[in-house]
Amino acid sequence: MSKVLGLKCKECGEVYATNGIHVCELCFGPLEVALDYDHIRSVISREKIENGPISLWRYVDLLPVESGWDSDVRVGFTPLQYAPRLGAAIGLKNLYVKNDSVNPTYSFKDRPVAIAVTKARELGYTVFACASTGNLASAVAAAGVKAEMETYVFLPSDVEAGKITNAAVYGANLIAVNGTYDQLNRLCSEIADEEEWAFCNINVRPYYAEGSKTLAFETVEQLGWRAPDHVVVPIASGALYTKIAQGFEEMVTVGLIDGQSVRVSGAQAAGCGPVAAAFAAGEDAFEPVRQPETVAKSLAIGNPADGNYSLEVARRTGGVIESVTDAETVEGIKLLAATEGIFTEAAGGVTIATLRKLAANGAIGEDEVTVAYVTGNGLKTQEAVDGHVSVTMTIQPTIGSFEDALEDKQEAVLAQAAR
Amino acid sequence: MATVRIPSQLRNLVDGERKLRVTGGTIRAILDEIDAKHPGIKNRVLDEKGEPSAFVGVYVGGEDIRFLGGLDAEVPADAEVSIVPAAAGG
Repeated sequence: MSKVLGLKCKECGEVYATNGIHVCELCFGPLEVALDYDHIRSVISREKIENGPISLWRYVDLLPVESGWDSDVRVGFTPLQYAPRLGAAIGLKNLYVKNDSVNPTYSFKDRPVAIAVTKARELGYTVFACASTGNLASAVAAAGVKAEMETYVFLPSDVEAGKITNAAVYGANLIAVNGTYDQLNRLCSEIADEEEWAFCNINVRPYYAEGSKTLAFETVEQLGWRAPDHVVVPIASGALYTKIAQGFEEMVTVGLIDGQSVRVSGAQAAGCGPVAAAFAAGEDAFEPVRQPETVAKSLAIGNPADGNYSLEVARRTGGVIESVTDAETVEGIKLLAATEGIFTEAAGGVTIATLRKLAANGAIGEDEVTVAYVTGNGLKTQEAVDGHVSVTMTIQPTIGSFEDALEDKQEAVLAQAAR
Repeated sequence: MATVRIPSQLRNLVDGERKLRVTGGTIRAILDEIDAKHPGIKNRVLDEKGEPSAFVGVYVGGEDIRFLGGLDAEVPADAEVSIVPAAAGG
């Protein structure tokens, strides 16, 4: 008996076989995987999961792949780090950081890609592709190497240098597009219609998106099989955000926890915050942003596919979707590094800055068990902190030079304290 | 004549064609023109209010018609119009 019932239209409910398709033939609504929860409930248990691989594959019963998954690649089961110093700095007593910047290619994208590449092979594809804002490209390129698939990754030509290098090194066909992410995403949709490729966030998107649920599963397990009270998740397309919410719900549905009432809050950049703007205005539908302007390029999606569903999740769960400026984002990066020793990319800075804002305005209660999702590594977007961090002192290789410099520094600190 | 690229999901309505040539003028006029020849297209691209569906993107020369005046977006004679499912990316 299969755990997957088929693909189901999120809008009209039409059901399809599990092929490489992503939209409903009748209404163009997005397709999502329909799981057989009764069956899953009968085979899943906490003990089985705890004895499983130290990776997202410990939750394979809740993922839409039948076989062939690669347990050698350690994707997921990343640290859920208690964050008392960051909590004290922003006024939260029970704060955790889910540090997903330590996956194989240093972002959460390794999770959805692990599912997408496995499913793509099950379906018989030989070419694996994506439309990326940066992180997805390296995840797809690396996964393609081990899966022995040819890879095509499309990126905006203005993404950070580290993201180009990190994708190119794996030998992918890397195509830089002179345009916004939304423009290249539309282009890739047209390519996906002509080529027999598995485009992970287009024609195999229903499977791909399921991978992000594992961030919720791990959080529950790592908290000792309980759901948090509040989470803060970055929103680009909204797929991560909505799938984390779904993950908490599935934990209850299959009987792994008795209940949950997680408030799911979202983080966007002010220069590309269509979902946050619609949330603030009380609208059910977002207005697209034509030209995103933000330091957080991995969140620069002006026309988010799951934007309206994100609004629905926020309102249903009692969450808030907020946006922050580039200056607040940089402060967020520095604050997380200085308090918890984690260097996150600009999108993580957006998340931490939003967390701080929601703590300050009371949207997150100080006693709530809160989890902030840090989804990418700071070494990928060093440009974001250029000019904001620097060498403390440059000296000659002598003890005298060091002592002089240290004295100068201490005097400067005292002078500043006196002002 | 402008060109309209038809996504795979709609090709069954247009005898399997990938591209159609239209006289056009505006997106509204183009959809009327195609629907007259291939009934059903408008129903799939527009919502119940007659506005472009949230689940379909319509582009003129790669630009989203929501930034060009919606259904009144002008379509130059040599333009390429794309109809693309919206549920992608991220």
